[in-house]
Amino acid sequence: MPRIVIDVERCKGCGLCTQVCPKGDLVQMSDEFNSKGYRPSKFVDPEKKCIGCAFCANMCPDVAITVYR
Amino acid sequence: MSEAKEEKIVFQRPKALCDVVTHYCPGCLHGVVHRVIAEVIDDLGIQEITVGIAPVGCSVLAYNYIATDFAEAAHGRALAMATGMKRVHPELVVFTYQGDGDLAAIGTNELIHAATRGENITTIFINNAIYGMTGGQMAPTTLPGQVTTSTPTGRDTKLAGFPIRVCELVSTLEGSAYIVRRSAYNPSEIRKLKAAIKTAFQVQMAGLGYSLVEVVSNCPTNWGMTPLESLKWLQENMLAYYPLGDYKVKDSVKELMAKK
Ligand SMILES: Cc1ncc(C[n+]2csc(CCOP(=O)(O)OP(=O)(O)O)c2C)c(N)n1
Ligand code: SF4
Ligand code: SF4
Ligand code: SF4
Repeated sequence: MPRIVIDVERCKGCGLCTQVCPKGDLVQMSDEFNSKGYRPSKFVDPEKKCIGCAFCANMCPDVAITVYR
Repeated sequence: MSEAKEEKIVFQRPKALCDVVTHYCPGCLHGVVHRVIAEVIDDLGIQEITVGIAPVGCSVLAYNYIATDFAEAAHGRALAMATGMKRVHPELVVFTYQGDGDLAAIGTNELIHAATRGENITTIFINNAIYGMTGGQMAPTTLPGQVTTSTPTGRDTKLAGFPIRVCELVSTLEGSAYIVRRSAYNPSEIRKLKAAIKTAFQVQMAGLGYSLVEVVSNCPTNWGMTPLESLKWLQENMLAYYPLGDYKVKDSVKELMAKK
């Protein structure tokens, strides 16, 4: 099952990964804070729609996303 | 029972990118460009023979992020340093990483002469239309009407002249071999950026002359925008003045690309 893992401590909450998912809104901003005070993004995929295209990861300036397929 | 298919990592930090947190602001595309350069270095297997030259500007600490040998140049002097290194060690892959203030203001002289001499070096040029590091002053590439801290009512071309289009300028010089403009505002542009950086390094390795990849980039902090707004502003404003495309691809480069 394709999936992504977001390193929330590396994430700076920029949101660039949230606008490019071809499956809609699998990557969203979280309501929590990380230890630096950023709101990291989160992976929300209850229906297992992720195709592992890595578009989200490609946008990340902080290389906080790893993609598995 | 069907065998569970083993999970593979299809995207992760490239080897040539240090596993550290950068100092860049959230959403700054400097980070994406660093990663893409590192991916190309991995793909070409040149980590041990590559030397980067860091500029003065926000990317002044690039040597802490890209895992190759690195030197730090005085403001604008990256191409002079790169020229010396490459001439003494022609077997190395030497690239400069420079912002618009570094390359197109204080370093214009070095740029034009390195290009016209046809030095076998590569420049990655980050055009974010502003001086990021020093607090958002006007750069040579600031758009007409663009508000910066030194043009609070917008760049007045009567007073401050017009923005420099680096690719167009450098492509007129005989020594330049591969001069292209890309961006990084979506995954498809990032893919094209990666292909261009790869070609630029290959042009250098084949000794075909000077190569430069301009990246139309952003500076959410000094543009006064969220990262997502900055990518929209980039597309709506910068691309009209700085069209993406290939400005110079010498025949020798076309032949090389056909072979690859
Ligand atoms: C000789 C000298 N003059 C001026 C400066 C001040 N200074 C530091 S960075 C910079 C420009 C940075 O802008 P840019 O190259 O566009 O890079 P960015 O920070 O936007 O990535 C200037 C003028 C300096 N460090 N040294
Ligand atoms: S890998 Fe592709 S499909 Fe999966 S969350 Fe990222 S952008 Fe969406
Ligand atoms: S692009 Fe990277 S840093 Fe920005 S919100 Fe997504 S995971 Fe976080
Ligand atoms: S000031 Fe601008 S160019 Fe510098 S790191 Fe921040 S967003 Fe990037």
